[in-house]
Amino acid sequence: MIFDVGSNKMKSLGPILTVLMVIFAFWYLMAIKLNSQWEYDQAVRAKVEVGFWDILPNTMQQKKPVLPAPHQVLTGLWDGLAGQPITSKRSLVYHAWITLSGTIYGFVIGTAMGILLAVGIVYNRAMDLSVMPWAIASQMIPIIAIAPMLAVVVHALGASAIVTKAVISAYLSFFPVLVGMVKGLRAPEQMQIDLLHTYSASKTEILWKLRFPASVPFLFTSLQVGIAASLVGAIVGELNQPAGLGARLLQGTYHGLTVHIWAALIVASLLAAILVKTIQGFERITLVKMGMRK
Amino acid sequence: MNLLIAVMLFWGLAWLVNLRLARSTRPIVRILVPMIFGITLLVLWEGLVHGLDVSPVILPPPSSVAIKFAASYKVLWTDLTQTFFKGALSGFIIGALVAFLVAIAVDRSPFLKAGVLPIGNFMSALPIVGVAPIMVMWFGFGWQSKAAVVVVMVFFPILINVIAGLAASERMQRDLMATWGASYWQTLFKLRLPAAMPFVFNGLKIAGTLSLIGAIVAEFFGSPTMGIGFRITAEIGRLGLDMIWAEITMAALVGSAFYGVIVFLERRVTFWHPSQRH
Repeated sequence: MIFDVGSNKMKSLGPILTVLMVIFAFWYLMAIKLNSQWEYDQAVRAKVEVGFWDILPNTMQQKKPVLPAPHQVLTGLWDGLAGQPITSKRSLVYHAWITLSGTIYGFVIGTAMGILLAVGIVYNRAMDLSVMPWAIASQMIPIIAIAPMLAVVVHALGASAIVTKAVISAYLSFFPVLVGMVKGLRAPEQMQIDLLHTYSASKTEILWKLRFPASVPFLFTSLQVGIAASLVGAIVGELNQPAGLGARLLQGTYHGLTVHIWAALIVASLLAAILVKTIQGFERITLVKMGMRK
Repeated sequence: MNLLIAVMLFWGLAWLVNLRLARSTRPIVRILVPMIFGITLLVLWEGLVHGLDVSPVILPPPSSVAIKFAASYKVLWTDLTQTFFKGALSGFIIGALVAFLVAIAVDRSPFLKAGVLPIGNFMSALPIVGVAPIMVMWFGFGWQSKAAVVVVMVFFPILINVIAGLAASERMQRDLMATWGASYWQTLFKLRLPAAMPFVFNGLKIAGTLSLIGAIVAEFFGSPTMGIGFRITAEIGRLGLDMIWAEITMAALVGSAFYGVIVFLERRVTFWHPSQRH
């Protein structure tokens, strides 16, 4: 069994590496193509004749390239992660931490709201009929679009910057949790509920002993979607704020520091990957402990 | 104070009516109950704003948003054309087509499929909106950069769904096609693509909501003097919250309509699927 999983992973490793290598090769080609224009312009300005091979090395070490080459991004990333003290405002660890705290804050609130609403919806038909359509409609509002407005409003109400992000993150993460939990809480079969009735279990007992345990796999699937959404919310929510990965993106745009933008993007992606993996880890441990998976 | 009490009374009353209605199983109830709930929300909003003297700079009442909406339909329409029709829709169509073609190409080689699928899965969990500043830098402030962001955003969800969909037909069905001497393309068009459609529409639905968000967020990083995202940032500076809410209302309506169109197409195309047969 164990060997099986191992060999499967080994089998897909080859193709993944190949595709990644193609992507990197394409990236380098694009970097040369997009950045060469600037080098030619410089040469014209300096009145020198240059050939393609003269400018080739330069296209990969410009200060403000149109598309930084992968190694430039990696250098920028390393410099941002390890080259600064982590309390420095130039450190990506510092910005990532700010974004992460907003993400987690909002994610916890959103998840709690989603679970509470789901319990209400499962137990009350009036709530099911009235809240559910509006919860779906609420997701049609491009909430991210009103992030800047929320920032102003929340600030005017005297709350701190992290609350703005948390509000947006919570709004984005509550919906997947709500939908997943409604499905999960309704997952037990009528036969199982009837059995608990014959034990004369109360509604709360059915909730704790049957519905909640049955909903756990659904919950974890939604949490994975929810945390990714939370992160996007936090990043967009901090566009107008002084610190955070979103702020870093916007500052990079203003100053044309493309390497900064790409480095911030990669940190955001790493953060997303770590968060999702963490949830998957919790999922595995919980399900194994509950005896739902070996 | 009286207003607040009146609002609370209305809330309680509406809730009682809904509780009452929810006991019935007639189909009309499914429309009536959410409508009453929606009206209650609006009344609560309006009443609380007036009753608590909330400044219109923080939260304008729905009535003034409605008035603003009606008064500035021309501006709203130009913003809508810029952001939705030029930015989001063209990006959505290009992204969907490219993802579709790439998926079909990738599907031919199991080696490529094994490489692209995990990467695509990984990419669609990433905060791709972040490429917005890069696209604005490459394609300028016009709608082209917004379309480019949308293309990148919708590409991966559609790609992985089409690849998954192409694997949805059963071995037996493909064997049957083979016994009829069907070529690769015949099998693709007559069996595998139709079988993939529920997955394709799943991807399109996810991408549909993403596309409007992508186009609006991209405008925060630079845009001409029109567009939903531009208007929102501009009105924040002037504290014109009623205009912002009017834009949001429009974005929500258009987003819902777009989603509705996709669902409508899905019903027509995948009428045979168990989830569509009620």
